[in-house]
Amino acid sequence: MWCADTCTCRFVTLFGFEQVAYMAIVGSFPFNSFLSGVLSCIGTAVLAVCLRIQVNKENKEFKDLPPERAFADFVFCNLVLHLVIMNFLG
Amino acid sequence: MARNYVRFLALILAISICSEAAIFRPISDSHRSAALDLFKPIDGSFSSLEETYEALRTFEVLGIGNKLDISASTCRSVVEVLGSSSSNLKDLFYALKNQGILKCAIKEEILKGVSSKLEAAVNGASSLPDFYYSVGGLVLIKDQTPEVNVLLDDAEGVFRSIKALSQSDGRWRYSSNNPESSTYAAGMAFEALAGVISLAPSEIDQSVVATVKNDVVKLFDSIEKYDDGSLYFDEKTVDAHEYQGPIFVTSSVIRGVTAFAAVVSGSLKLPGDNMVSIPLIVSLPATVLSLTQKDQLKVSVSSVLGSDAPPLTVKLVQASSSSSKGASIIENQELKFDGDSSFHVLDALPDSVDIGKYLFTFEVVLYDSENEKVYTTGGKTQVPIFITGFVKIDSPEIAILDSDLGSIETQKKLDLAGENSVALSANHLQKLRLSFQLSTPTGKAFKPLQVIIKLRHESNVEHIFLMGNSGKQFEIILDFLGLVEKFYYLSGRYDIELTVGDSVMENSLLNALGHIELDLPEPPEKAARPPAQPIDPHSRYGPKAEISHIFRAPERRPPKELSLGFLGLTLVPLIGFLVGLLTLGVNLKNFPSSAVPATFAALFHLGIGAVLLLYVLFWLKLDLFTTLKAVGLLGIFLMFVGHRVLSHLASTSS
Repeated sequence: MWCADTCTCRFVTLFGFEQVAYMAIVGSFPFNSFLSGVLSCIGTAVLAVCLRIQVNKENKEFKDLPPERAFADFVFCNLVLHLVIMNFLG
Repeated sequence: MARNYVRFLALILAISICSEAAIFRPISDSHRSAALDLFKPIDGSFSSLEETYEALRTFEVLGIGNKLDISASTCRSVVEVLGSSSSNLKDLFYALKNQGILKCAIKEEILKGVSSKLEAAVNGASSLPDFYYSVGGLVLIKDQTPEVNVLLDDAEGVFRSIKALSQSDGRWRYSSNNPESSTYAAGMAFEALAGVISLAPSEIDQSVVATVKNDVVKLFDSIEKYDDGSLYFDEKTVDAHEYQGPIFVTSSVIRGVTAFAAVVSGSLKLPGDNMVSIPLIVSLPATVLSLTQKDQLKVSVSSVLGSDAPPLTVKLVQASSSSSKGASIIENQELKFDGDSSFHVLDALPDSVDIGKYLFTFEVVLYDSENEKVYTTGGKTQVPIFITGFVKIDSPEIAILDSDLGSIETQKKLDLAGENSVALSANHLQKLRLSFQLSTPTGKAFKPLQVIIKLRHESNVEHIFLMGNSGKQFEIILDFLGLVEKFYYLSGRYDIELTVGDSVMENSLLNALGHIELDLPEPPEKAARPPAQPIDPHSRYGPKAEISHIFRAPERRPPKELSLGFLGLTLVPLIGFLVGLLTLGVNLKNFPSSAVPATFAALFHLGIGAVLLLYVLFWLKLDLFTTLKAVGLLGIFLMFVGHRVLSHLASTSS
C-alpha cells in the first residue's frame, strides 16, 4: 500500500508544480483558484503521507491503530478537504 | 343623507323667511338625477321599508315616475309585514306609509287585524317611538281605509302619557327611563299627540291641550338663525354618532307643529306670520347681460320644487349702479310675461344704461289677493347684474421722447385690435410714452380694473407698470433715467406687452406691442444684481447627460491555446499515476467475495463516487447550503456502509 502512496505523492506534487509554473506564465488572476489548486495538491499529499505513516507496521506510535481505521480517516479527510477546495475554487 | 330629501319637503312648507331673501334656484333635473343616484334599489328593493318609503316619497315630490320598478316587490313586502303577527311597530308604520303611496291591494281583514294590534300597542306603550309608530299607524289606516273603524278608547290617557315625557324647555324625552331629551323627539311627540286628538272619540281636556300649546311656544324659543335670516332647529347636546343635522330636526318639528295646529282649535302663538306658505322664488337664467348682443333681462318665478307660480307680475323696483354710489338708472319698471317661455322679460334696457356692475331689485306682486295666504314672495329680491359691452380704444400710440426737451424722436401708431410689432430703440436719457383713450358704448370715460404695461428683458427679468388716467385718456411715461437702477442696468432688447382688462369689458386684451432696444450705462460695482430667474424645470428635472463609466481594465488573460495545452499537461501526471499503479501490481484481491460484504463494498465506492460527483455539481451550479445538506446525507450513508466494509475487512485480516 505504501508504494501506491508514493505514487500518489509524486503525481500530486508534480501536479502542484505544474500549476505554479502555469501561474508564473499567465499571472495570478484568479488567485483563489490558484491557491485552491495548489493547496489541494499539497493537502492530498499530506494526507497520503499521514496514511502511510499510520499504516506502516514498523511505526511504534500507531501500532494500536487498525489500518482500516487509518484508511477511513484518510477518506474522510480527503472528502472534507475537497469540499473546501471546491468552495474556494470559485 | 337619504332622509334629507323627504324632510326637505316638510321644510319647503316652512314658515316664511324674513324680508330680504337670498337668490334661490328651483329644483332642477340635476336634483332629480341626484335623487335617482341616491336611491338605488338592490335587486329591485331597498334594505328596509323605511328607506323604501323615503325613496317613494322623494320620487313623488320631485316628479320622478320611477316608482313602478319597485312597486311590485314593495307591495309584496308590505303585504307580508302587515299579515305577519311578529312584525314590529316601526315596520307596520312604514308598511302603511308605503301602502299610502302605492295603494297595494290589501284585504280589509288584514287591516282590521293590524288596527287591533296597533290599538293594543298604544295602550301598552311606554316610550315615545312606540306611541309615535302605533298612533301614526292608526291614523294612516283611518285615512286610507275609512271602512275600518279606528278609535282610541282611552285617548285622554294616551295623551297624558305622551305629555308626561315632555321637558320644561319644550323638548321631549324618548322614554321615562332615558333622561336625555331632544328637539327631534318633540316633533315626533307633536305628531303623535295630533294623531291622538284626531282618533279620540270625544274631545280631550282642553287644559292639557293648552299645556302642549305652551310647549310648542317654549320650543320655538330655542329656534336659531343663520346669517341670511333663515330659521332652524338643531339639537343641543347629541352623541356624534347620532347627529343628523338641522334639516332633520327642523323638518321633524315643523311636521309635528303643522299636524298639531291642524287638529286643535284656536291658534298657536308662534313668532312670525303663523302661516304655512309656499315660498315663491325669483331666479334669473343669466345675470350677465351683453349690450353688444342686446341681451334681454329675463326673470322666472316658481316654487322651490319648480312648479308654476300663480298669476303674478314681476316689477323691477330699482336698478342701481354699484360704482356710482347707488344712483338708480331704472325705477319701477314692470316686466312683461312671455307665455311661451314662462319668463318675465324686460323688453330693452334704456339707452342710458352703460357697462358696469349693477344691483337690480325685484318685487313680485300676486294678482289674486287670496293667493297671498297660500304663497309667500319673500319681499324684495336683490340680484347683482353685470352689463358688459365693447370698450372703444381710441388713438393708441407709442413714442420715444427726448428727456430734456420732450420732443418726439419716434412715434408709432398702434392697432390694439390686431397684431403689432413695433421696433423702438432708446437710451437712458430718453423716455417711452404710451397713450390711448378708453370710452364706454355710451361715450363715457371708463377705468378698467387692469391697465398694465410690462417690459420683459431677454433674460426674462420683468418690470410691470400700472397706467394712470385722467378721464378717458390713459398715459404712461417711462423715464429711463430714473429707471436705470430698477432695470438692474440691463441693456438689451425688452419686449413690450400691454394688458387692458375688466370683468365688464368684452374686448379685454393682452397684446404684445413689439420690442425696444434699451441702451443703459454700465452698472457700478455695488449695483443690485437682477433677481435669479426660475430655472427651467426641464433642466433640473429632465434627464441628465449620460455618464461614461470607466471600468477597471480587465485582467490579462492567457491565450486559449496555452490554457488548453496546460490542461493536457495536467493529464500527463494522471496517466503516469495510473501507469505507476499498474506497474506496482495494484489489484482488487482484497475485495470481499461474499455477497453482503461485497454489496457494502460496492456501495462504499459508489458513495465516494457520488460525493465527488456532488462536488463537481457544486462547482458547476449548486450552492454551498444544498451541497452541505447533500454531503451530510451522503456522509451518513457512507459512514454506515464504510464501517460495515472496513470492520468486515478488519475481521477477515485479523
